[in-house]
Amino acid sequence: MATQHSRSAARIMMAPAVVLLLGWMLIPLTMTLYFSFKKYLPLRGGDLGWVGFDNYVRFVSSSAFWPSVQTTLVIVGGVLLITVVLGVLLAILLDQPLWGQGIVRILVIAPFFVMPTVSALVWKNMFMDPVNGLFAHLWKFFGAQPVEWLSDAPLFSIILIVSWQWLPFATLILLTAIQSLDSEQLEASEMDGAPPLARFGFIILPHLSRAITIVVLIQTIFLLAVFAEIFVTTQGSFGTRTLTYLIFQRVLESQNVGLGSAGGVYAIILANIVAIFLMRIVGKNLDS
Amino acid sequence: MARAVTNRRKALNTLIAWSIGLLIFFPILWTILTSFKTEAQAINDPPLFLFFDWTLENYAVVQERSDYMRFLWNSVIIAGGSTVMGIIIAVPAAWSMAFVPSKRTKDILLWMLSTKMLPAVGVLYPIYLLFIELGLLDTRVGLTIVLMLINLPIIVWMLYTYFKEIPGEILEAARMDGAALKEEILYILTPMAVPGIASTLLLNIILAWNEAFWTLNLTAAKAAPLTAFIASYSSPEGLFYAKLSAASTMAIAPILILGWFSQKQLVRGLTFGAVK
Repeated sequence: MATQHSRSAARIMMAPAVVLLLGWMLIPLTMTLYFSFKKYLPLRGGDLGWVGFDNYVRFVSSSAFWPSVQTTLVIVGGVLLITVVLGVLLAILLDQPLWGQGIVRILVIAPFFVMPTVSALVWKNMFMDPVNGLFAHLWKFFGAQPVEWLSDAPLFSIILIVSWQWLPFATLILLTAIQSLDSEQLEASEMDGAPPLARFGFIILPHLSRAITIVVLIQTIFLLAVFAEIFVTTQGSFGTRTLTYLIFQRVLESQNVGLGSAGGVYAIILANIVAIFLMRIVGKNLDS
Repeated sequence: MARAVTNRRKALNTLIAWSIGLLIFFPILWTILTSFKTEAQAINDPPLFLFFDWTLENYAVVQERSDYMRFLWNSVIIAGGSTVMGIIIAVPAAWSMAFVPSKRTKDILLWMLSTKMLPAVGVLYPIYLLFIELGLLDTRVGLTIVLMLINLPIIVWMLYTYFKEIPGEILEAARMDGAALKEEILYILTPMAVPGIASTLLLNIILAWNEAFWTLNLTAAKAAPLTAFIASYSSPEGLFYAKLSAASTMAIAPILILGWFSQKQLVRGLTFGAVK
């Protein structure tokens, strides 16, 4: 149906978006690759020549690398576990008939709209502060010793903050998926006498599997990049230095651009591995 | 019959759901409450919930001491500007992909999505360097462009999924009647596309408003939006809970309100149409 004329018009209309994104992708990426093969210290001599794969080797053999990978995995894994499990339960709960459903839904998704620096600082000061935080008051009320959350349980604290931000996202998407579930199927199983747990295991959960996969993939991409929550709470101390934060420190704090760029390339590769799976699902959906 | 639930069951559901909802919302509620206390009341032991002397003092202090309005204005310009710019660039692209699809359309869409997956930290230094070279560091223009670029894939995708739902037959009918391309876009497509564009606008303003990697790393004093302003409370002096709360409340209130209108778009926009 499309004429030659409309095809070329279409190409012209697509051009600005394509060109901009191409530039946005290629220019910085090329520069990162370029720097990653150089010894480049802007504050201490500048460009000190090519070093081959030296930066790549040094980045992974530095004592900070493996702990940062571990921290990243614990944070991403912990947040995924909490948000998906609680998200499924909450979505099922919100799908039940109840009074004021709309309002409850608003209450549940609200944290998603809070900017990361606000949520991190509110949690850090008003909840986790060992003297004036609400948790400290609560602990004292029960006669327990207040916990210094961000230094004694730093990873748990950060997982808690980030989970609070992402639980709404998981819940909302899973709720949307549950609502598309054919209720006749559920009713039929109920009449056949299937107990609630079986209905959950054999009908609801399989129906949700695709939505869960999507939640996991999208959240993983965002969680790998968690930054502000660490920047305003622990600044990477107490073992909360993720891969993202380590690269940030190498590049901007210690201005070792070559080393940081090599780290950046690793981060890009890592994110792409996750992205490939996500794109496959999204791509399939485009065909249908 | 199975869905007809007894009132008792419904009451139980309601009780549980409301308790959990309020628990999740509590940090926000607590922040709002604290913003109306004095600094001394904010750290009172035991904590004060409703019975304290409500005051607006903190809001005045935050504005006076740190020129809050300037940060707010930066946020408005950067979030609004990047979104509007992104939509202007994305509408033609999404339009042509939705209505004149070619074999490569799917690949282009997926490729655009893949640029969104690029971890920001991986290109931090190049962007930082380019910003210095081009004199864009700590400017609203620079930040607006970067946020436009990081949200452009989402904008294109959202618009594409909305445009896809406009029946193509209507366009064909218009073409039969001799409508030119310009008229087709102006009189037929635009009115049908407005709701989709509005939703896209809404969600992307929210995303840009809350963006906290580039806004923290590419601004200093001049162009800092609210995310960076709030971050300055991470190393405070003296008592600051009430002031932090007032600043936070002002920073999140507009977006909370916008966000409540955009629940549905959120799902579509952030799952790239994979969950509807």
